[in-house]
Amino acid sequence: MSSLARLRPLAIPALAVLSAFIVGSVFLIFTDIPALQVLFAGRPVDFLTTAFGNVVHAYVALLTGAFGDPPRFAEAIQQGTPQAWATAVRPLSETLVAATPLIFTGLAIAVSFRSGVFNIGGDGQFVLGALGATATALLLRGFPAPITLLASLVAGIVFGAAWGFIPGFLKARTGAHEVITTIMLNYVALQIVQLALRTDFMRPPKGSEPISQVIDFVRVPALLPLPGLRLHWGFVVALIVAAMVSYFLFRTTKGFELRSAGLNLTAARYAGMSAGGSIILAMVVSGALAGLGGAFQVLGTVTQMSNDIDAGYGWTAIALSLLGGNRPSGVIIAAILFGALNNGGHEMQIETAIPLDLLVFIQALVIMFVAAPDLVRQIYRLRPKSAEPGAPASEGAAA
Amino acid sequence: MRLELREITKQFPGVLANDRISIAADRGKVLGLLGENGAGKTTLMNILSGLYRPDSGEILIDGTPRVFNDPAEAISAGIGMVHQHFMLVPVFDVVQSVALGAEPVTGAVRTFDRTTARARVVELSTQYGLDVDPDAKIENLPVGVRQRVEILKALYRKSDILVLDEPSAVLTPGETEELFTIIRGLAASGTTIIFITHKLNEVLEVADTITVLRRGRVAGTVLPSETNREELANLMVGRDVELTVTRGKAHPGEAVLEIKDVFVRNDRDEMAVRGANLEVHAGEIVAIAGVQGNGQTELVEAITGLRRVDSGHIRIAGATVDQAKPRKVSDLGVAHIPEDRMRDGLVKAMTVAENYILDSYHREPYSRGGRFDRTSIAREAQRGVDEFDIRTPSIETHVGNLSGGNQQKMIVAREFSRPVKLVVAAQPTRGLDVGSIEYIHKRIIEQRDAGAAILIVSTELDEVLALGDRVAVMFSGRIVGVLPSEQATKEAVGMLMGGVH
Repeated sequence: MSSLARLRPLAIPALAVLSAFIVGSVFLIFTDIPALQVLFAGRPVDFLTTAFGNVVHAYVALLTGAFGDPPRFAEAIQQGTPQAWATAVRPLSETLVAATPLIFTGLAIAVSFRSGVFNIGGDGQFVLGALGATATALLLRGFPAPITLLASLVAGIVFGAAWGFIPGFLKARTGAHEVITTIMLNYVALQIVQLALRTDFMRPPKGSEPISQVIDFVRVPALLPLPGLRLHWGFVVALIVAAMVSYFLFRTTKGFELRSAGLNLTAARYAGMSAGGSIILAMVVSGALAGLGGAFQVLGTVTQMSNDIDAGYGWTAIALSLLGGNRPSGVIIAAILFGALNNGGHEMQIETAIPLDLLVFIQALVIMFVAAPDLVRQIYRLRPKSAEPGAPASEGAAA
Repeated sequence: MRLELREITKQFPGVLANDRISIAADRGKVLGLLGENGAGKTTLMNILSGLYRPDSGEILIDGTPRVFNDPAEAISAGIGMVHQHFMLVPVFDVVQSVALGAEPVTGAVRTFDRTTARARVVELSTQYGLDVDPDAKIENLPVGVRQRVEILKALYRKSDILVLDEPSAVLTPGETEELFTIIRGLAASGTTIIFITHKLNEVLEVADTITVLRRGRVAGTVLPSETNREELANLMVGRDVELTVTRGKAHPGEAVLEIKDVFVRNDRDEMAVRGANLEVHAGEIVAIAGVQGNGQTELVEAITGLRRVDSGHIRIAGATVDQAKPRKVSDLGVAHIPEDRMRDGLVKAMTVAENYILDSYHREPYSRGGRFDRTSIAREAQRGVDEFDIRTPSIETHVGNLSGGNQQKMIVAREFSRPVKLVVAAQPTRGLDVGSIEYIHKRIIEQRDAGAAILIVSTELDEVLALGDRVAVMFSGRIVGVLPSEQATKEAVGMLMGGVH
């Protein structure tokens, strides 16, 4: 395969993102009231330059907010102080902090989709993973921190896996559709968290809010030795886990079973694979990944368990997985993109008074374009996947 | 009307699908268009029906050049298509289906004028001998009758030129005979017919002239009276083809497959196999003939572990497999070539290499300790591709992009890559061209000569007779007769297939 052909799978997502930003800028131009006043005053050229300038300004603010400001980096190099470096790197650090839980949940969903199982329960598995990690940390308080940390992470995996096992088992044994059961179990999981947060075991002394004690005594170590940066080793682990998931799916027999079942269940049965076993395994692995994401979120980023720990990561993950073509590498890129949009949006809002909602709008457009690949192909005149429309593939291969 | 295509050329990216193809059919004549899969037949017909525009070349009707920009223009020019896969609405009745899109209307609000439509359907079906109940629902009709509805649809739209694309692919031998009668009747009353097929017997039987396509070009145009099967096969494939693969005498050994009083239910929970008895010995081929739907599918699934045996026993190489899972059956040395290769036998979106290991991926050398050995997989898959002459750009190509013949070779290569004691092959050459059929038959006979027991299930009588050392006939869930090959004539087997003892 030529290197260009390897890049083919990236074409649609990349163009989808591009299209979303273009539509977003059209939207920005026509909601720019001061600029529109210039237009109605009969100066269309001025209108266009003003509005276009505003769009550029907004997107530049978005980029610097997400990845950092070049002058700040220049300053950091000049001064060389940790403080200056921290200021320069902070936007990027925050983007990766936002991306970390998304990578885990995105991987969870990618595994399930590859296996033909629709895990809509990433949220529930994520919060229970976080809860399990918190409870374990509190339980093992006083032990050496590395041991407590490790045990808490394992607890996150176990809780998430268990929460994935239930719908997997139900589907394999009774045929109960996993879309229904995982969605319903999301609500159950949230209520379990509510309940747990009201116990004295979890609650800080004299606390009345449903928020756990701070568990910063087991904090995941920071990745960069700079003051005030939240980026922790969870991000690196996320990348390693993504590589492991990729290995599992494409280089192991179990991964092969899952992918076969996902692509053609009758052929998998014909080949002697166990359909039920594949479903359960897919859900357990998926749940474990989401649970580990929850554990890192509470142990690395927020240090306190609450209902707010879940910002819809399980749902966003569905979009991410789609955008990333259900590939681990794609999920990483998509998660960083979404992290950048969320994080850079704040800077954009401060700089240009454009509401954060624009970013939600752009995210929605990205997903929409990815979900409509034919639309993107037509806009950019890409050739469809196999030769010519309607040309039987067999004719192509036989000749 | 006289139809002529002149020097039609159509290029797809990387493939010259039609290369200066010229064909002609006179009024009231049947033109047989013969070619292997991928020879360019379908592309040519899509050009004729207005779906594609040719890059160059002309379509002439009664000597006048015509250009079709879309299928509607082709239809109004009198060209009617009967596709291999029917385009009917299951819940409509025959009159509705035929009139759909060209309904007569009545009254101020232009409601469907069923009376007129029905009268016209009845008129057409009597005129052309297309026996159809005009009020029957499509979903209740057998396949052969549905095809008549498709033909009626074309006639209803006043088609003078009728294109039939692989019309016999879905029909039983009896239904095919009826179709031929209909075709002759249509031709006699002035309809020009283009009959597309890859079956030699059919063009010889029904066509007035035969044009053979090979790799996008016309390989020859011949008259049925002046040619024979061997010559046609040679034109199609470009080399001599053994139409009936020669096989030596069988030397049956001990029984490998024993089926005793077996009952099996189908998906609708009805008893599909009702007391079947059969033995297949090492070194012999037993071919089961029968009209589709007489329990063959369920019997094969029961043998291969995909379906549970309701009562009775199935033993393979001495082991009882009544409730065994497919993995256990395969571990006993059973190769299974499934009836529906796209549904059961292949994962289209996976590569050739991945499909090659589909049912032995868990064994060495493909995997060690649960991890794939990619070097071994690539080496073995490449060996299979070379040995079985599977035409694929590479072992990393998705199987869905291969032609039907190559997909089937891929399955055979995979199943024969393991040590085999029993081969269960259901419809092993369905939809394949003569070259592939010859090849697969040869490989099956090789397995027999190497000592495997072979069970073949086929609805193609020619295939059953060509391969079977013994021919068993399945009817209504039972094996109603087993004939040694010397007694198995078309007539004798045909009688048993129809349930006549």
